[in-house]
Amino acid sequence: MAPVGELHSALDVPTIRADFPLLTQHRDGPPLVYLDSAASSQRPRAVLDAMDDYYETTHANVHRGVYQLAEEATRRFEAARLSAGRLIGAPDPAHEIIFAKNVTEAINLVAHSWGRTQLRPGDVVVLSEAEHHANLVPWLMLKEERDIELRYLKVRDDFQLDTADLDVLLDGAKLLSVTAASNVLGTVIDLAPLAEAAHRHGALILADGAQLVPHRPADVAALGVDFFGYTAHKMLGPTGIGVLWARRELLEEMPPFLGGGEMISDVRLDGFTPNELPWKFEAGTPPIAEAVGLGAAIEYLEAIGLDRIAQHEAALTEYAFAQLAEHHPELKIYGPAPDPKRRGGVISFTFGDIHPHDVAQILDQQGVCVRAGHHCAKPLMRRLGVQATTRASLYLYNDESDVDALVAGLSAVRKMFG
Amino acid sequence: MAGIEELYREVILDHYRSPRNRGELEIPPAHKVLGFNPLCGDEIVLYLEVSDGIVSAVAINGQGCSISQSSASLMSDAVKGRPVSEVRRLAGSFTTMLMARDEADVAEEADPLDPEALGELAAMQGVMKYPARIKCATLSWKTLTKGLDEIEAGAASA
Repeated sequence: MAPVGELHSALDVPTIRADFPLLTQHRDGPPLVYLDSAASSQRPRAVLDAMDDYYETTHANVHRGVYQLAEEATRRFEAARLSAGRLIGAPDPAHEIIFAKNVTEAINLVAHSWGRTQLRPGDVVVLSEAEHHANLVPWLMLKEERDIELRYLKVRDDFQLDTADLDVLLDGAKLLSVTAASNVLGTVIDLAPLAEAAHRHGALILADGAQLVPHRPADVAALGVDFFGYTAHKMLGPTGIGVLWARRELLEEMPPFLGGGEMISDVRLDGFTPNELPWKFEAGTPPIAEAVGLGAAIEYLEAIGLDRIAQHEAALTEYAFAQLAEHHPELKIYGPAPDPKRRGGVISFTFGDIHPHDVAQILDQQGVCVRAGHHCAKPLMRRLGVQATTRASLYLYNDESDVDALVAGLSAVRKMFG
Repeated sequence: MAGIEELYREVILDHYRSPRNRGELEIPPAHKVLGFNPLCGDEIVLYLEVSDGIVSAVAINGQGCSISQSSASLMSDAVKGRPVSEVRRLAGSFTTMLMARDEADVAEEADPLDPEALGELAAMQGVMKYPARIKCATLSWKTLTKGLDEIEAGAASA
């Protein structure tokens, strides 16, 4: 096994790791090896402090009070919106960034608001076999309700989307809705040509950025998308807040999603007038502290640099592939070979015929946290011909020692079940 | 690895490596019933034959983790040749054993047997400490209870 530290990392991982209280704590046993950031990342002290500070010094409801405290709360909340837009190059963040609970809610918002007004029976939405349930079920629900037609881009044997019959699939389509990076395969989707094709066919394109935005620079203009979602808890921020970005003219035309306070400009007993963007889509008191936390997470990521994070993860992914292949030839990875452009640090695998839950259970005994299961992508599991996989996912606070612990842990798994 | 042997006891690993009563039975006379654990994709295909109130034959197919598959194997050994009423009580006892952490669909059937009556099944006790795995252990028993219900409903309507 290559010695720890051999990798020339773009990041100073020990210093980064020291920023994360949860990663520096030791449970009863060995130190925590956290390889499940694709499910949810950990948070640095800066994010936790920003949220604490908000509650300790500034909390009041936003957009309501005329007193200073409420104005400062509103200022911090809206500042987070601008950060959330800046991160993805949103041209008009003050109007185009909608805070939702997560990407699931962001896609549901689009399906309900845009989908219900724009889609008629027989209209076509194109998805892919690689989608997370969050980008399948809202459309399946709409199919039940509106009798729309769903078509699917297939996953090739090299774990890329098969775009050979893209023009056929897009013929007559109103929307192409795809993941920007697969939470199972690690595949990073080349969105720009998909966007170009969708637009050529008169369709819009939505991309689920949940697994992209935390790990590499993303720019909605360069990607060419019309709708884009990402979520805070996978990128060092808190749970309970995510982002929907869409082009302003689309959002202007879309009716509100949830109704209630905040999203109105006038309410009468016989009707209501929706608020302006972005509040039209933010009914009720929003997750204010969470927005502040997201803002702090974005600042933390920007200070390190998402391009450097991507480089670090690419190098570590290559290291992981090499170590796993050398020590565990029976391990089969479902995802593209290391390639900084085409894949991220999500590594899904099967280990001989040992069930992923058994793999994960034995790894847990050694402090190694990995995900086992269908990863909310059951159609993709069927496509891959597996019930479940074990998934290790890498982030900026992981280094070779985490990969080495995984490799050693798998030896213990083999000893128990082999 | 202290503690993990509590979960993966030798009996469990043995039934996982060499599952008993593996296969299929002819339908009829056997009855086929399916059980799924949607969380992890464990799948049990249970073939049951009941004659004169006795579980006369059992076969198990399907796939899943070591806990679900060994539990099914242990169950098949434990119920074969036993009267249905006793099998139902055993299902209740088994589920009650793990119930501290799980809602027991079959618990109302429980008229707990002497724990010693569980015999080898007691090896599954270690699962209790791993809440995420309890459903793996109880899957085969829930499937069995469903199968017995279906057989009885079929007999009643016949």
